Amino acid sequence: MLRFLVRRVLFGILVLWVVTVVVFAIFFLAPHDPARLIAGRMATPATVAAVRHNLGLDRPVYVQYGSFVWNLLHGNLGYSYYRAQPVTQLLLSRLPVTASLALGAAVLWLLIGVGIGVLAAVRPRSLEDRAATVFALTFYSMPPFLLGLVLLYLLFFRLHLAGVTFFAGGGYTPLTQDPLGWAQHLLLPWITLALVTSVTYIRLTRGSMLDVLGEDYIRTARSKGLGELRVIVVHALRSALAPVVTQFGVDLATLLGGAIVTEQVFGLPGLGQLSVQSVTNQDLPVIIGTVILFAFFIVVANILVDVLYAVLDPRVRLS
Amino acid sequence: MSAALLQVRDLRVTFSTPDGPLQAVRGVDFDLPAGTVMGVVGESGSGKSVTMLTVLGLTQGAQVSGQALFEGRDLLAMSAAEQRKVRGARIAMVFQDPLSSLHPHYRVGWQIAEMIRAHEPVSRAEARRRAVELLAMVGIPQPQRRIDDYPHQFSGGMRQRVMIAMALALRPRLLIADEPTTALDVTVQSQILDLLRRLQAELGMAVIIVTHDLGVIAEMAHEVLVMYAGQVVERAPRRAIYYRPHHPYTRGLLESLPARTGLPGTLPAPGRAGSAQRQRLRPIAGQPPSLIRVPPGCPFHPRCPFVMDVCRREPPRLRPVDVNGSHESACWLPPEAVGLGAEADARRRAAAGSGRIQPAEAGWGAA
Repeated sequence: MLRFLVRRVLFGILVLWVVTVVVFAIFFLAPHDPARLIAGRMATPATVAAVRHNLGLDRPVYVQYGSFVWNLLHGNLGYSYYRAQPVTQLLLSRLPVTASLALGAAVLWLLIGVGIGVLAAVRPRSLEDRAATVFALTFYSMPPFLLGLVLLYLLFFRLHLAGVTFFAGGGYTPLTQDPLGWAQHLLLPWITLALVTSVTYIRLTRGSMLDVLGEDYIRTARSKGLGELRVIVVHALRSALAPVVTQFGVDLATLLGGAIVTEQVFGLPGLGQLSVQSVTNQDLPVIIGTVILFAFFIVVANILVDVLYAVLDPRVRLS
Repeated sequence: MSAALLQVRDLRVTFSTPDGPLQAVRGVDFDLPAGTVMGVVGESGSGKSVTMLTVLGLTQGAQVSGQALFEGRDLLAMSAAEQRKVRGARIAMVFQDPLSSLHPHYRVGWQIAEMIRAHEPVSRAEARRRAVELLAMVGIPQPQRRIDDYPHQFSGGMRQRVMIAMALALRPRLLIADEPTTALDVTVQSQILDLLRRLQAELGMAVIIVTHDLGVIAEMAHEVLVMYAGQVVERAPRRAIYYRPHHPYTRGLLESLPARTGLPGTLPAPGRAGSAQRQRLRPIAGQPPSLIRVPPGCPFHPRCPFVMDVCRREPPRLRPVDVNGSHESACWLPPEAVGLGAEADARRRAAAGSGRIQPAEAGWGAA
C-alpha cells in the first residue's frame, strides 16, 4: 500500500509538471502582448519595452520557465501582472470561498443523490422510483445559471418582498466572522450546485444498488434474519458506493478549482471568478496559478479515491 | 407423521413475467421429521430451490399460497418481523457458491458475529469468542487467526465451511443446504458432505439438501424427494430411490449418473446387468418444460419413453407404490413397475404398451 501511494504521488507530481509546461507553451504560442496591454494604448515603444523588461518578458522563454519552476519549488507562484499581490496570496484569499461553496454543496448532493438513489433502487419501477427519475431529468436538463436565477427570484426576491429576509442575494461572509451569515450567503448557491450535481448520483447510486441487491450475499444477509434497513445500508450500500466514490472525487476536485457559473450568478469572489478575470487580462502568473491549483486538486482527489477504494474493498488492498 | 418439524402443504409459487405467469412451484407437499435428513433432487428449474427460499420467506415479487408449518406455526402467514426471528436462528441456509454468498467487504468473523448479534443480546467480545468456536467446529485450522480474514483469503472449501459455521451459529433446528457442493472441487465436495453429516449427527438438527446430483445425498439422506416442473414426482426412503425407482424421471436421473467408483457403498452402477450398451451414460432426452406453458397431463410425458394416453390427458397424483406407503410416485405406471435395468424397463414397457394407442416417439430405453 505504501509503495502504491509513493508511486501515485510521484506520478501526480509528474502530471503537475506537465501541466506547467503545457500552460506555458500555450501562453507563449498565442498571439498577445501583456506588456502592451498594461502600458496602455498610447504608450511609446520605450515604455512598452520598460514594462516588458520589468515583467521579465524580454528574457528567452526557457529562462522565464526556469525561473518560474525555481520559484515554484520555493512555494512562490510569482506576482500578478495587474494586482500588486503575490499569486499565492490571491489564490489563498479566494480558496475559502470556493471551498465553502464546494464542500457545502457536496454534503447536500451526496445526501440528496445517494438518498434518492437508494430509495429508487429498493423499489424499482415503483411510484418513488418514477418520481426520482422525473426529479433527476428535471435538474439534469436545467443549466445551473438558470436554476440559480430561478432560486434567486423565488427565495431571495419574492421572499424579500414578502418580508422574509433569510436568504442573501449574493456576496460572501467568511465563516470565521459570522457563521450564520456565511450559511445564509451560501445556501442558495449550495442548493443550486447540489440539485444539478445530485442527478448523476441518483442515477449512479440507483444502478449500482440494483446490481448489488441482486448479489448472492444480499440473499445471505436476508437469510440471517437481519432487518431490511440493515441489509440495505450495511450490506448493499457499502458495496454500491464504489462508483459513487470515484465520481465524487472527480466532481469535488472540479468544483474546488472554481464553480465558474455559480460563482458568477451569486457574486461569490471565488477561484472560478479569479480564473475568468485572469484569462481576460492575460495575467499569466495567475492563470498558471489557478491551473496548477486545479490540477493539484484533481491529482489529490484521484489519489484519495484510490485510497478510499482500498478502505472500502479489502480485495483491492492486496492486489 | 404428526411430529414433523416442517410440514409443507400445497405450496404454490408464481412469478409474473412479461410472457405470463411462471409457475415455479405447483403444489408441493412434504413432511420433514425433526432430526432427519431429506434430499431434494431435480434439474435446474424444477422448483427445488424456489421451494426452499419460499419457506424461508426469501422469494421476492412472487405470489405464494399454501402452508409451511414449522414447529406448528405457518411460516407463510407470519409477519415479516416474526419471519426474521425464525430466519437464521431456527432455520438457517447454506448456499451454492460460498464466494458470492459471503460479503466480500467484511471479515468472516464479523459476518458470523453479526448473525449471532442479530438474534441474541450478546457483547461483541462474546459473539467473537463464539465465532472462533464455530470456525473450529467446522474444521478451519487456526480459527483464532483466520477469524479476521476476508472471504477471498479462503479456499473454496474453507469458504463453504465458513458459511456452514455461520449457518450453525445459533444451533438451528433446520439447516437448508442449497447445492452446497456444486461450486466446489470434487475432492472438496466429499469433505463438505462429511462435515455436514458429522454436524447433523452431533447437533441433531434436521437437514434439507437441495441438489441436482443424486450422488451428493446418496450417503446421508433418510428420505429423497424428486422434483420435476415444480412438483414432487417421487418421494421415497433413500434405498428405495436408488434401487427401486418408480417414476421414469427418477430412473432417467439415475441412469445419467456415472458409477460412483470413488465413493464406496453408494450407488449400484446403473444397469449392473452388464451388457456393453449399458456402460454408457444415458442423458434424458429433451428439455424440461416451460413453466409458463406447462404441458397438460403429466409434465414429464413429452420426454417419457413409457408414455401412455392417460399421461397426455390427466396429471398423475402422488400415490403409494409399496405396501407401507413410504414410497410414493406421481406416475400412471402400475406400482410394480419399479427398479433399474433391462428387466424393470421391460416391465414398464409391457405396462405402458397396454395403455397406449400409438407408440411414444422418445427413443431412449425403448431401443
